[in-house]
Amino acid sequence: MSKKNEKYESTLWYRLKYWVNGEEEDGIVEKETDKYEAHLKRVSVEDRVYRAFSEIPNDGEEERAHYEELRKELLELSKRYETWPEKRGVKIFNRIYQVAAVILCVFIIGILLVTVSYLPEFGNKDNPSNNEVSERYIEKGLEETGATNIVTGMILDYRAFDTLGESHVLFIGACAVLILLRVDQVKKENTTKEEIEEANTEEIYEKDEDTILKKVAFFLVPTIMLFGIYVILNGHLSPGGGFSGGAIIGAGLILYLNAFGYKKIQRFFTYKTFSRISIVSLLCYACTKGYSFYTGANHLESIVPLGTPGAILSGGFILLLNICVGMVVACTMYAFYTLFRKGGM
Amino acid sequence: MDLIQNFPFITILLCLAGGVLSSVLSAKKARRFCFFLLGVVGVLSAFTFYDALMRKEPYVYYMGHFPAPWGNEIRIGILESFMAVFFCVIMLLSLAGGLYKIIEEVEETKQNLYWTMISLLMSSMLALIYTNDLFTAYVFVEINTIAAAGLIMIRNNGHSIVAATKYMIMSLVGSGMLLLSISLLYDLTGHLLMSNMKTEIATIAKTGEYQVPLTVIIALICVGIAIKSALFPFHTWLPEAYGYSTAASSAILSSLVSKSYIFLLLKVFYRVIGMEVITAHGTNYILFCFAIAGMMMGSFNAIKEHDMRRMVAYSSIAQIGYIYMGIGFGSQAGMIAAVFHILSHAASKALLFITTAGLSSVSGDSKEFRDLKGAGIRNKMAGIGFCVGAFSMVGIPMFAGFISKVYFAEAAFTASPIQMGIGMAALAISTILNAVYFMRAVILLYTPSNKRERDAKFQNQISFHSSVSLFISLNFILGFGSYYIIRMIEQGLSRFA
Repeated sequence: MSKKNEKYESTLWYRLKYWVNGEEEDGIVEKETDKYEAHLKRVSVEDRVYRAFSEIPNDGEEERAHYEELRKELLELSKRYETWPEKRGVKIFNRIYQVAAVILCVFIIGILLVTVSYLPEFGNKDNPSNNEVSERYIEKGLEETGATNIVTGMILDYRAFDTLGESHVLFIGACAVLILLRVDQVKKENTTKEEIEEANTEEIYEKDEDTILKKVAFFLVPTIMLFGIYVILNGHLSPGGGFSGGAIIGAGLILYLNAFGYKKIQRFFTYKTFSRISIVSLLCYACTKGYSFYTGANHLESIVPLGTPGAILSGGFILLLNICVGMVVACTMYAFYTLFRKGGM
Repeated sequence: MDLIQNFPFITILLCLAGGVLSSVLSAKKARRFCFFLLGVVGVLSAFTFYDALMRKEPYVYYMGHFPAPWGNEIRIGILESFMAVFFCVIMLLSLAGGLYKIIEEVEETKQNLYWTMISLLMSSMLALIYTNDLFTAYVFVEINTIAAAGLIMIRNNGHSIVAATKYMIMSLVGSGMLLLSISLLYDLTGHLLMSNMKTEIATIAKTGEYQVPLTVIIALICVGIAIKSALFPFHTWLPEAYGYSTAASSAILSSLVSKSYIFLLLKVFYRVIGMEVITAHGTNYILFCFAIAGMMMGSFNAIKEHDMRRMVAYSSIAQIGYIYMGIGFGSQAGMIAAVFHILSHAASKALLFITTAGLSSVSGDSKEFRDLKGAGIRNKMAGIGFCVGAFSMVGIPMFAGFISKVYFAEAAFTASPIQMGIGMAALAISTILNAVYFMRAVILLYTPSNKRERDAKFQNQISFHSSVSLFISLNFILGFGSYYIIRMIEQGLSRFA
């Protein structure tokens, strides 16, 4: 028979066994620091309870004394068990970390600035970016896309695939914010109560009538809307287009909301309207562009004529696409605002 | 032009439109619709792959009425279409395996948004795989980033929101670097199309003009993509993002999202900057150093971990290190090994995440090791799946991970002697470290314990069982059929540039 090892608990094999079983810390020896941690946990819980109680005005002297005692005990324990890293190390590390981050940023900024000085000179006619690509955009853009505004012709016809992706970036951004911030009625009971209270307080808050804001908005909102619609519809003729026009309409909606409150805007713009408009526009965009990608790649003739440049109904699909993009942008802008404000529409 | 050649573009568009549509459907309908959509995309991609194999030479597809430097285009070759099929399969299997967890952990009113995110993520990955235009790649990188953050935070508890915030911040730094480098590249070359950029850069490299900006561009692209794919010093977002999101999300993130960025890096190396310029700048040596550090540090952190999910997450850092090591060898053989490891890691890591969730659901939803004791006996399918995944990661013969290790070792001989020495030593040490923590987990899972918890609901998870068994067979297919897959990768890579 083999001899029994007295210090079995400190052998390598024993430690390995505990590591495999995932019990290494509380298995071998109960360290004194563990006591400290357990105490810390208890005190922090009690502290929270105490604070909750202390808001009630007539709380007993007893509890306060108990709390003070706990604090004292904790302080003593921390003096005994806190090692150097907890006392000073973390502070020093944080300081070094901040300094290092600043140095790194300055370093990167320096490198990028140096890089800029090595780039081709701005506005030089021999620059590599002045090549056949921009030449064709400028010289043949009108003829090939039917859009007087070359930029719109570029983003919605030459490079329409990028713009298709870009409008979906907006949509997915709105979806991500919905996931994070939308408050659903079916969540938990206590949260819904709070939410309902909050919503109520907001409605009370909104009753406060701001006459100046209302009057200004009364004149401004229709103008802003009309201007936005103009920018969208004329996107292929003059500077502007779906993105800028949509942003203008979205701003108009936000102004309307702030002046007249949720009740009024919900007569024509709710979550349902938001989802319907953005989905119809995105699907419409995908379908028309799908059609034009398909015809383009298979060298088929598109059935939509380019029309006379300069007329409002010209430029093939560009007008329709601008409207779609504009709708998506306006809805997304408004959705971001309302979601960040109260977590719903 | 044949009908089949339209399929890649149709798959991208279908996923985009499907994602938008499922945001208005109810949770159940959206889920069915998403599975149907992914199935259709998988079948169409399989046709594309078959067609590309028959054709051998890659072809370009105009996205619009205008040819390449003016309009957008996508390019379809053997490697691209194979990746599309593979990503689709892994996506479907991960979702099927994690389905019950999604239903359990995501609020029902928000579940349709989960499927929206999945569809849009798929479309962005397909676009990243096929695109031949650097700016299009950037646009879809944005979609990819936001969708991935959405998948992390949809679980909506404190941990997952912190993880999503971390992921978002780090990932946006990466996106910003990518965007800076693309605009600098545009300034130097005047093109956004990959093939035109390459010819311009070749002339720049020859004349020796603009050397400083070119170096900065390469550095920015590498660091940007390294942050997004969690190469070692930029990995800090990873353990939380993978450890606290729902099981299907972590499987998809680790096996597909980070891989799609690595695929983009390969594209940039081969098609935009050119491997000659990359090796002349010594970029591959720097990537190699980070990769070796990642292989070591990832494994050490995994050994220290008490949480099974986080251990698997840390092991991902080590495995990403392997892939970058293959790229760092700078040779064709290294690239082949790296691409094969993308496949084998995707197949095994997704399996590990799915089975870890299955194991913890029979252990009172705890991920701690001490609670998981004997979980492999309580949930047999998950236990077997975990073992297969772990064996594959360690590199035991017959499993997928073994093949990639063999090819890494072979590739090491094509590099310089010092690199070969370091690479071989790193492979050996990291294999031992992998074995240490994976074998510990396997031993623990099969140590009998007194617990008699049996989740009655869990017994009837047909989707989980079929997904795990399909993953296991996928591992064996990669392990046994590696000869054909390697040859296919070789063919694809030789026509990739």
